[in-house]
Amino acid sequence: MPSRRRSRTIRVDYLTRAEGESALHIKLRDGEVEELRLEIFEPPRFFESFLRGRDSREAPDLTARICGICPVAYQMSTVHAFEQTYGIAIDPAVRELRRLYLCGEWIESHALHIHMLAAPDFLGCDSILTLAEKNREAVERGLRIKKVGNAIVAALGGRSVHPVGACIGGFTRTPRRDELNGLREQLLAIRDDAIECVRWVGSFDLPAVERDIEFVSLRHPNEYPMNEGRIVSSKGIDAAVDNFEDYFDEEQVPYSNALQSKVKGRGAYFLGPLARMNLNFDRLGTEAAAAARATGIPWPNANPYTSIVARAVEVLYAVDEALRIIEAYHLPSAPAASFQVRAGIGRAITEAPRGSLFNVFETDDNGLIHSARIVPPTAQNQAQIEADLRELAPELVNHPKEEATRMCEMAIRNYDPCISCSTHFLKLEMERA
Amino acid sequence: MKPRIAVFKFASCDGCQLQFLNAEEELLKLTGQVDFAYFPEASSRMREGPYDITFVEGSITTPDDARRIIRVREQSRYLVSIGACATAGGIQALRNAADIEQYRRVVYPKPEFISTLSTSTPISEHVRVDFEIWGCPVNKDQLLAVTRSLLSGAKPTLPTHAVCTECKRRGNVCVVVARGEPCLGPVTRTGCGALCPTFNRGCYGCFGPADDQNMEAFTQMLAQRGITGDEAARRLRGINGYVSPWRETADAIATKK
Repeated sequence: MPSRRRSRTIRVDYLTRAEGESALHIKLRDGEVEELRLEIFEPPRFFESFLRGRDSREAPDLTARICGICPVAYQMSTVHAFEQTYGIAIDPAVRELRRLYLCGEWIESHALHIHMLAAPDFLGCDSILTLAEKNREAVERGLRIKKVGNAIVAALGGRSVHPVGACIGGFTRTPRRDELNGLREQLLAIRDDAIECVRWVGSFDLPAVERDIEFVSLRHPNEYPMNEGRIVSSKGIDAAVDNFEDYFDEEQVPYSNALQSKVKGRGAYFLGPLARMNLNFDRLGTEAAAAARATGIPWPNANPYTSIVARAVEVLYAVDEALRIIEAYHLPSAPAASFQVRAGIGRAITEAPRGSLFNVFETDDNGLIHSARIVPPTAQNQAQIEADLRELAPELVNHPKEEATRMCEMAIRNYDPCISCSTHFLKLEMERA
Repeated sequence: MKPRIAVFKFASCDGCQLQFLNAEEELLKLTGQVDFAYFPEASSRMREGPYDITFVEGSITTPDDARRIIRVREQSRYLVSIGACATAGGIQALRNAADIEQYRRVVYPKPEFISTLSTSTPISEHVRVDFEIWGCPVNKDQLLAVTRSLLSGAKPTLPTHAVCTECKRRGNVCVVVARGEPCLGPVTRTGCGALCPTFNRGCYGCFGPADDQNMEAFTQMLAQRGITGDEAARRLRGINGYVSPWRETADAIATKK
């Protein structure tokens, strides 16, 4: 019989297998959560400050640096915001290439998270290196998938981390048809891997929970959402991207001094692959949808632990979508549309691997940035992560420290948190009673 | 015993340590030869030093980190700083010439809770650094080459000449000559593969200053294209803007008008 101590403090000093630096502090009394803080000690880098006065044309190179894992999402949300301000119409062929670019990032980022960061939790390993000793095949499969994602980003941007090809209006260079043939071969070669990956993560022993969650993502009239669409939620939001600020708010909570995003008048919300899938299952296409159903997991569902499966389904979707785009590709008439800068405000949301990334930029007559606001998905998920931990916490008393830590980390990793991104995360002050 | 490797992170985007994970099959091969004793992004098993080779990503921007890097140095036999943040202060070093109080207020409604230094500085301003790998991000092949050199007991070396040399070797048409596009290639260290000119655009200096640069000629090249004052200074005030002689050149251009 596990003992039921009256009071217990759980501290995870450094959350591992996540991008960025954070810690967790939970204090329980009589089985109730007295304090719970996800502490982010990732130092702020002040992107929104130094972007002021910079030329909008430099912005995609600068905002990419917010995150080494998902630079494409930052570039895409940035260029879409300025294209709205400058009234630029994008060539449909260029639009397709941008989808391909983001498919590459989804594939590499999701494959990284599934195999290197999350899977070790479900298989009792501390890292991919020990997982490789146990199940080398799965690890090699994951690395093969990831590599093709990187190759797509590099084909369009020169390199997979901080690629250089994206610009306002399109790309600085568009690939010839024959250049994409090699990618097509590589994608075909990992298609079975992607299907097997869904089956593999679907077979994990996922904790069975059901939570009251508001899922939020973009929704597009006929595509799985990436760079365009309306903001929708499982509790009835249906709004234009321009109205983001009418529905979502960042507030300071008294115990943590952290900015947390909330649905106005309601509370925490959930972004990312599970939210996208729950709200866009009918846009997945037959193959990815069939693979998702074959896992036996119901979709939609409100179990955050199924996020890893949703991520794998999105990899398969992105592989098929990338193949579709490449097969239909024809060289755009120009890599980028020409444009004139002007004063104005532009807003955009891109579905980053971890969820909806919102940004708004105000520019002056010369195209210099007057103000910038960037709301990364992990900052928006923070309140939901804490809500999940709050529900999990009472169970933790019954487990030894090591196991309790692992359970907390697993719950946090459902969100594939990217803390480096989250310029809105603060270092939380420790409460010293 | 296998050499013990550590990977530490300071203020950064994670992109440089990601290059280890992007090494894919090479990473698995490497793990046969070394023991990743501390690499929290990749493994939950974090062990104390001493470490034989320590890679440091990120810049120093908080009082805590200024103390932490000293402890990291003490535990490390050979310390390699990786990436523009660690070697030059990174993009966040743009704060160094700005009013940090204003920076705080722009981003955070309660700026008093933000614990930050007024500067973002490279690792070498705080502790002795044995080798630097430049780049934003570092080049994966350079990272692996340096690791292999160190494992075989050889002194690592990386080229320090300008991007232009590599660009010519790739057979690119010069973007300055053909398109009139300003390009930092003549003053930037090689290592990226002359990516930007290959993508029809000017280099923006991810790899920091080359050894054989001529800042005066560079400034003239910008001026000939009508780029002067703040606009010209901004070209240098980027990812590696805090580093000499780019910082001094940018300051001189900006004040001259």
